[in-house]
Amino acid sequence: MALLEVTNLSITFGGLRAVDNFNLTMEKGELYGLIGPNGAGKTTVFNLLTGVYKADEGLIKLDGLDITGHRTAEIDRDGIARTFQNIRLFKDLPVIDNVKVGLHNQFNYSTAESMLHCGRYHKVEKEMDEEAMKLLGVFDLDKERDYLSANLPYGKQRKLEIARAMATKPKLLLLDEPAAGMNPNETAELMETIQLIRDKFDMTILLIEHDMKLVSGICEKLTVLNFGRILAHGDTKDVLANPEVIKAYIGE
Amino acid sequence: MRKTQKKTLITYAIVIIAYIILEIFMKAGMMSSHLKGLLVPMVYYAIAAVALNLCVGILGELSLGHAGFMCVGAFSSAIVSQLLSGAIPDALRFILALIIGVVISALFGMLIGIPVLRLNGDYLAIVTLAFGEIIKNILNSIYLGVDSAGVHLSLKSQMALGLADDGKVLINGAMGITGTPQDSNFTIAIVVLLISLFIVQNMIDSRDGRAIMSIRDNRIASESVGINITKYKMTGFVVSAAIAGAAGVLFSHNIATMQATSQYFGYNVSIMILVYVVLGGIGNIRGSVIAACILYLLPELLRGLNKYRMLIYSIVLIVMMIINWSPALRDKRDKLRKKLMKGAGHGAA
Amino acid sequence: MLSFLNYFVSGLSLGSIYAIIALGYTMVYGIAKMLNFAHGDFIMIGCYMIFTIVSTMGLPPVAGIIVAVIVCTILGVTTEKVAYKPLRGASSPLAVLITAIGVSYLLENAALLIFGADTKSFTSVISWSGITLAGGQLKIQGVTIVTIAVSLLILVFLQLFVHKTREGQAMLAVSQDRGAATLMGINVNKTISITFAIGSALAAIAGALLCSAYPSLTPYTGAMPGIKAFVAAVLGGIGSIPGAMIGGLVLGIIEILSRTYISSQLSDAIVFSILIIVLLVKPTGILGKNIQEKV
Repeated sequence: MALLEVTNLSITFGGLRAVDNFNLTMEKGELYGLIGPNGAGKTTVFNLLTGVYKADEGLIKLDGLDITGHRTAEIDRDGIARTFQNIRLFKDLPVIDNVKVGLHNQFNYSTAESMLHCGRYHKVEKEMDEEAMKLLGVFDLDKERDYLSANLPYGKQRKLEIARAMATKPKLLLLDEPAAGMNPNETAELMETIQLIRDKFDMTILLIEHDMKLVSGICEKLTVLNFGRILAHGDTKDVLANPEVIKAYIGE
Repeated sequence: MRKTQKKTLITYAIVIIAYIILEIFMKAGMMSSHLKGLLVPMVYYAIAAVALNLCVGILGELSLGHAGFMCVGAFSSAIVSQLLSGAIPDALRFILALIIGVVISALFGMLIGIPVLRLNGDYLAIVTLAFGEIIKNILNSIYLGVDSAGVHLSLKSQMALGLADDGKVLINGAMGITGTPQDSNFTIAIVVLLISLFIVQNMIDSRDGRAIMSIRDNRIASESVGINITKYKMTGFVVSAAIAGAAGVLFSHNIATMQATSQYFGYNVSIMILVYVVLGGIGNIRGSVIAACILYLLPELLRGLNKYRMLIYSIVLIVMMIINWSPALRDKRDKLRKKLMKGAGHGAA
Repeated sequence: MLSFLNYFVSGLSLGSIYAIIALGYTMVYGIAKMLNFAHGDFIMIGCYMIFTIVSTMGLPPVAGIIVAVIVCTILGVTTEKVAYKPLRGASSPLAVLITAIGVSYLLENAALLIFGADTKSFTSVISWSGITLAGGQLKIQGVTIVTIAVSLLILVFLQLFVHKTREGQAMLAVSQDRGAATLMGINVNKTISITFAIGSALAAIAGALLCSAYPSLTPYTGAMPGIKAFVAAVLGGIGSIPGAMIGGLVLGIIEILSRTYISSQLSDAIVFSILIIVLLVKPTGILGKNIQEKV
């Protein structure tokens, strides 16, 4: 059974069909790329998948479960986590607390225990710290644990956002232009990180990206969007060789 | 010891040391009766500031209605104390009044939070202001009494209550509540402040607190990692209302006759508390306590200047805000600091 | 029925005053993106100016109104330059809000020092006694008619100003996107100054009408009408000029009718409840536009 099955997903904004009849099937463990020119509707697809927008039509199934119409927070608990094109960190919280917010639903103690620091508080907090540090270690952020996240360099902020998403233990990870604004070195490092997550956590990843080197370097499959519609999809090599795709990107 | 834990311990230490010093002054007879009378109000405004900072600084929602929660706490606890006066030991009665005042304020927080927390920014501010005024307005116009037949409520007049001979008027319309036992004293007020600080500071350093602050920093990201926004906004708001209610309990047990007037519970009181919060530092709980104490005492201590004190206070407020917050001045300060650091560095080398 | 009409008309009149204040509030909010808590106090300053000129110096009301408008305009523009402008772009929007509260305290206490705490009895600036209809049963006072007429005139003037003049267009641009407006060569500082000038002048006019209808003047006269007018602006949809008008009228009518028919003590509670109910149904007010955050 496919991990993610999206059928006939559509949404209209003020008469404009921003996403039209979008279909996508992803198998577990796949690293999938969603590409297309600016304004093609890629981020809108992410927003539909994560419940930020409600689809006019269509069906989203994750691991056999129909999650169409679920709210954003529910969808995260269902198993889809994401990052954002314009980084959205909890900027006034320390690095480690950003990850601990991600761990929120994996650990539990009551509000009373929160207020009084009694009962499970100390034990669970310790476990959360350990788990968070493990994740920060994977992303090479453990030395910055007490920095305010707003004070991290740009590349590390992107990494922290991925770490926070991973903390929610997703089945599917959505990365929205993870390499945006990065220099070639940072991009190369990011590619390694993405590979690492996939291998270490056996993660299924869908990513939006403009950097063709990154896309052709790590994505196994691609879907190309243009004006809200699917222009092509399939194995990366075939898609990138498709004349229609080349035309859409470079123009006539 | 973790940094956050150290910070909270310092806050408790400051409060306790200040308490001991003031107590010594008081016992040694070095304090005027006027100043003595200011101590309890100073502490309950500090508690209200801690409560409001939880809402404004930690939850990130501007409330202009916290005086309303104080009002609820004050009236509900005063009623409890009046009813139980003489029936049970005084200490127990006060604790019961405190608990009930806090719980009812929390309930009002929940009731008001349901509609209010759906709104954003300045809309939320004006609606909380509206709620505060409604609470004040209603408490100002109801008559409440009890007799052997039960509870009587009227919107018209005391006579309309139709109390039996054994009856007792609890709320006398615009005349308010008279004769609440004067249980509040400086020590009790400090204990309530410490408990409030304990709860708020603990909360900030906890799973719930992180969830609340994540909503403040970025609501969309917070939702995307599975935080139940409604639940945690509500948690923060209700705890904040409850603590403001505790400040109200101290208020009502410190004043012989209490009315729901603008002077005590109007939006201007909410604004005054907001001024404490902002000058103490948004999100800085310790700062709220210190700012509330200094700013409450300041105009009172300026009484020598009598006519000019509020004028001076307002000018100081404006100038402080501009100095503290102006982006241009901040830049200049940062540059100056860097220069000085550099200078110091050279000196050391 | 006739008494209802009577009350309705006085509601309309009070509503018109709220509307004039709300227009100033909503423009300042729309363009400077700040809650000018001191706005209500400009009303009070305007009233004291008129009181001084008319009652103390014995000059004609027109002179009083002109002086009040000039003083309030200068005061409004100066306040913005001295107290609010340095805080533009501050990291927290609360900074300028608290400063506005400081300005409000400052104006109230300055008035307290200069004019004293006692209630001044204000002489109406409108001497016309009004008209009598339905054989003497429906009497509409001159000040009521003038108030309603003035508010309508102001509404028309503002609509024309905003939509037909360069300065008005600049205001619209700044209110929608300050950054883009700057890039388009619009002088943002000048535009904000003009907005404060208009808002404060309106406050002075509202003050003249308010104190003519309710002739008792203290340093705190402006505070509550200021808050109510802000509620009116929010009710109508903040930033919207017709919205402020509608919000003001609705508020005034509800206030007078509930004071008459329900309870004089609960009328404020009812007014504020209306605001809450409207915002629950339509979170941006009656004529407000919905803006969704881009993800």
